[in-house]
Amino acid sequence: MAEIRSYTMNFGPQHPAAHGVLRLVLEMDGEVVQKADPHIGLLHRATEKLAESKPYNQSIGYMDRLDYVSMMCNEHAYCLAIEKLLGVQVPERAQYIRVMFDEITRILNHLMWLGAHGLDIGAMTMFLYCFREREDLMDCYEAVSGTRMHATYYRPGGVYRDLPDTLPKYQPSRFRSAKEINRLNEARSGSLLDFIDDFTARFPAAIDEYETLLTDNRIWKQRTVNIGVVTPERALNLGFTGPVLRGSGIAWDLRKKQPYEVYDRMDFDIPVGMNGDCYDRYLVRVEELRQSNRIVKQCVDWLQQNPGPVMIDDHKVVPPRREEMKGDMESLIHHFKLFTEGYCVPAGESYAAVEAPKGEFGIYLVSDGANKPYRLKCRAPGFPHLAALEEMTTGHMLADVVAVIGTLDIVFGEIDR
Amino acid sequence: MNQALEQLAETISGRCAGQVARVESRCGELTFEVAPAGLLSVCQALRDEADWNFEQLIDLCGVDYATYGQDEWNTDTATFRGFSRGRETPAEPAAGLARQAGGGEQARFAVVYHLLSVKHNRRLRLRTWCEPGEPPMVDSVIEIWKAADWFEREAFDLFGILFRGHPDLRRLLTDYGFIGHPFRKDFPLSGNVEVRYDPAKGRVVYEPVSIEPRTLVPRVIRSDHRYEPALKDAPGNGPGTWLRSAAIR
Repeated sequence: MAEIRSYTMNFGPQHPAAHGVLRLVLEMDGEVVQKADPHIGLLHRATEKLAESKPYNQSIGYMDRLDYVSMMCNEHAYCLAIEKLLGVQVPERAQYIRVMFDEITRILNHLMWLGAHGLDIGAMTMFLYCFREREDLMDCYEAVSGTRMHATYYRPGGVYRDLPDTLPKYQPSRFRSAKEINRLNEARSGSLLDFIDDFTARFPAAIDEYETLLTDNRIWKQRTVNIGVVTPERALNLGFTGPVLRGSGIAWDLRKKQPYEVYDRMDFDIPVGMNGDCYDRYLVRVEELRQSNRIVKQCVDWLQQNPGPVMIDDHKVVPPRREEMKGDMESLIHHFKLFTEGYCVPAGESYAAVEAPKGEFGIYLVSDGANKPYRLKCRAPGFPHLAALEEMTTGHMLADVVAVIGTLDIVFGEIDR
Repeated sequence: MNQALEQLAETISGRCAGQVARVESRCGELTFEVAPAGLLSVCQALRDEADWNFEQLIDLCGVDYATYGQDEWNTDTATFRGFSRGRETPAEPAAGLARQAGGGEQARFAVVYHLLSVKHNRRLRLRTWCEPGEPPMVDSVIEIWKAADWFEREAFDLFGILFRGHPDLRRLLTDYGFIGHPFRKDFPLSGNVEVRYDPAKGRVVYEPVSIEPRTLVPRVIRSDHRYEPALKDAPGNGPGTWLRSAAIR
């Protein structure tokens, strides 16, 4: 009988299922994984070091580019860390806007995850379905910030500006009839809040649609049930957070346990898995889509009733409005100082964490009293998840590695930083 | 700081006396400094004792305190007095334990641990100063929290801190064959080498960087009375008043 040797295999960095630039060195015994060694850092941009060389506000945009699928949640943690050191209290309306966009971001992230995970393990249609709804939410991003992805919308002290009253509309083209354009623009005729309200009304039906494709699908279950099982004790020791921890049966969610902004006023539930396998993590994330939708709806209702400021008007931290700046000497000085030098943050250290879609995204900030951070550390949720890949895949088949990478929701922007 | 956290601080100070020292925090977070010799026993106790139960190591990172509290104003070529108005004495990090070793040399690197207790819903920050000298060394906590594996590799890669007892301390984020530890304060922001494809040689070559380092916004430290504890609560002063009134409007 011929002897089968174990051999080494390179998975990625240019592999569609490697979710970006993961180079995975696998030691295989036939088709069974014996050792998996992820090589990361191909996307390392030294964001933390760059932030040390810039005034605080100039690094907000870098935060978007960390986890580039859940942009605003990253900004949120960064702003919270600065606000904590400054002792700033954000206006109530801005808190609601932040919560609403955090949840929109969560839906965006989970849709991206669901589509890509489905595509990885053979459910092509999911990708198309998910991107249909994602497009609407991208439009919300665009409406408030001008960009579809890297919004730079949250600022220390609030959010950049209030929600707009109008939305960009589809234009007639030779590919779409006037009738169809009218149908598409119907939800966009009102304000942004009306549009989001309309979205929350139709989104549950869309989730049902995803679930009909996957939840009871025999192939989907064969690929995910009992794959990559993590026990609760192990999950804690490995530093798991977010849906991956909840999939293992631990009811831990920062939005409930250590609420920030106005999460303590929101009514929502935390889904928890039973077995800690890929299928449970899938179920947890799908349920989170529904819960996020509920939170968005509650925020929309509140925001429609309660106008108000979205930014503190302390001009030692927040630049004055442009109109004021043109006519008022003091505002001009504030404006000049803030844009040339920035604000100094009192010496000390703070750690602010948010429940990002992937888990706990934290910012550890050390300030020595200067206008730039002395040290900034981004605690990326995907980092410990990927570190546990070897433990999760050893003994599984090669095809299961793809399922496990998918279920961990890996994005290299945040892991490599 | 709330009462539960205060109580936790007391029990930790009591039971680990001599090994830990509390550091004052300005935003209600609990920070302890741990002597390097006692790090493993303190961490083990923090994880295992029922009323502490910090099951999770949320984050571990290195910090280089080499230039802490120094600003970058170039007042020599500016006007007579300069235009700094910055603070005159350099700030020191709030330290609980002495940063100085026997020889009077100051410790430069610290390792910071963020712990989380899911059971008791509490957070704790630990800091330990690496012994002065090159390379800086500290014990690895990988046996206590497996999550420390990559975090320690990262700290080694970026700061050159060696973790005693780590089974696989390789570089993690930087390029294969990278030289230096990029997050140290004396490592230039633009790096030391750049790469390009050399058509003559038919391969990628490494060359010294051609861009010059420059500072767009100088680093400046202002003494701001609003944040000083003594003045903070004085009527009509401190961030309390001007910020709270702003929030109401």
